[in-house]
Amino acid sequence: MNKEEYKKLIAKKKPKETRAKNALISFVVGGTIGVSGELVSHLMMMSFGVSKATSYMLVCLILIFGASLLTALGKFDDWVKKGKCGLIVPTTGFAHSVTSAAMEYRKDGLITGLGANFFKLAGSVILYGIVSAFFLCLLKVVIYG
Amino acid sequence: MASLKFDNVYIKDYFTLVGPKEKESKLNNYDMSINDYYYKTKTFEMAEIKMQRVVIENLINNNNLADRNLDFLIGGDLINQISISSYCAKEFRIPFIGVYSACATFVEELILASNLIQSKNANNIICVTSSHNLTAERQFRYPTEYGNNKPNTATSTATSAVGAIITNEKHGLKITSGTVGKVIDLGINDVNNMGAVMAPACADTLNEHLNSVNLKPKDYDLILTGDLGCVGLDILKEYYENVYKERITNIMDAGCEIYLNSQEMYAGGSGPCCLPLVLFCKILKSKRYKKILLLGTGSLHSPVLVNQHQTIPSICHAISIEVIS
Repeated sequence: MNKEEYKKLIAKKKPKETRAKNALISFVVGGTIGVSGELVSHLMMMSFGVSKATSYMLVCLILIFGASLLTALGKFDDWVKKGKCGLIVPTTGFAHSVTSAAMEYRKDGLITGLGANFFKLAGSVILYGIVSAFFLCLLKVVIYG
Repeated sequence: MASLKFDNVYIKDYFTLVGPKEKESKLNNYDMSINDYYYKTKTFEMAEIKMQRVVIENLINNNNLADRNLDFLIGGDLINQISISSYCAKEFRIPFIGVYSACATFVEELILASNLIQSKNANNIICVTSSHNLTAERQFRYPTEYGNNKPNTATSTATSAVGAIITNEKHGLKITSGTVGKVIDLGINDVNNMGAVMAPACADTLNEHLNSVNLKPKDYDLILTGDLGCVGLDILKEYYENVYKERITNIMDAGCEIYLNSQEMYAGGSGPCCLPLVLFCKILKSKRYKKILLLGTGSLHSPVLVNQHQTIPSICHAISIEVIS
């Protein structure tokens, strides 16, 4: 059997992934996080009179803190199994990746371990986020002056 | 190369230690279990070293042996530079051989030990191997607390340490022959489908072994593969039938036999301990099988080379054992 035939056999034997169901779960879970964030933001604007920008920043901080805390308590990874990408795509996923890396490498020392590996998973998001932001800004300046 | 034949090699005793998830699994005749992944140490790596050490100490004490009665300690694991086994071996005054062939390590150790005993260069040898779900996760995948959704073809590394004493004194478990496998790569580079990576190596060694000892698959009461997982076993059966024109029915996969469906472990367990765990805690205790062929399968990948888009080579070693009492 050559490599091509073998690849066909593997594809045939692959158990079906429930993509539609996973996508629906992700949509509901991620959507719930988004909607509740929006509600909290409005609540803060109405009750404490903070500006829209400040309230968004506070919601973001709450989400990051919550995800990091749950990661530290060892719950978040179990929830990702159930909530699928709904928990990973919002900023909670970013916080989770940083916290889990920090926890993992803490034992290897503060400089060579935690410091060096803090952005092990999130590094790509930051790097390419900044690079694409730069080019989009450039584009904006060129088009709108 | 032809298979190696052994006529005075026996397994004197074995000891199995299992982790929290394996404790809740289909296995129930293990010797010892731990509830805590840290095993009262500071890191997971230290926990795995301690697991191996406890297994060796128990084997030595249960058999009234001392370090000087043992000719060799053969150890292997999944962590960088097989450091777990080396760090464990420093606790003992026994000549140490470290081996690595990923999840086929235990069978490789048995073949090596059997050969040393058959050639009368040794009388008593301890073979030990271990894997820890969280050290392996860190070594091969993501930080341990990182939640990552895996496809249904993925397998989960079992937390366990297993050891056995191989001797030339007559005992109930005889090692009769062994075949060292070739490294095979059929172009798969999916780390989440190890069964597919290892199935061709497994089929090759199985065919090589059967031809060499002049037996048919049905001459064995059971053919037990290491950690292909439920998906990999399915692939192996079809691949073998396709390539070697023979259907195998008396086959079981240790990885597929460990966990309960309710544990949601995708395609099953993996790691060098799967095969000896299922053999010692389940197959031998059931007393249903006399002639058993063990096929230890190993995926010889490194995260570096996988990231460099290289395909994954795999290996499989075979050893045949007989229950004689």
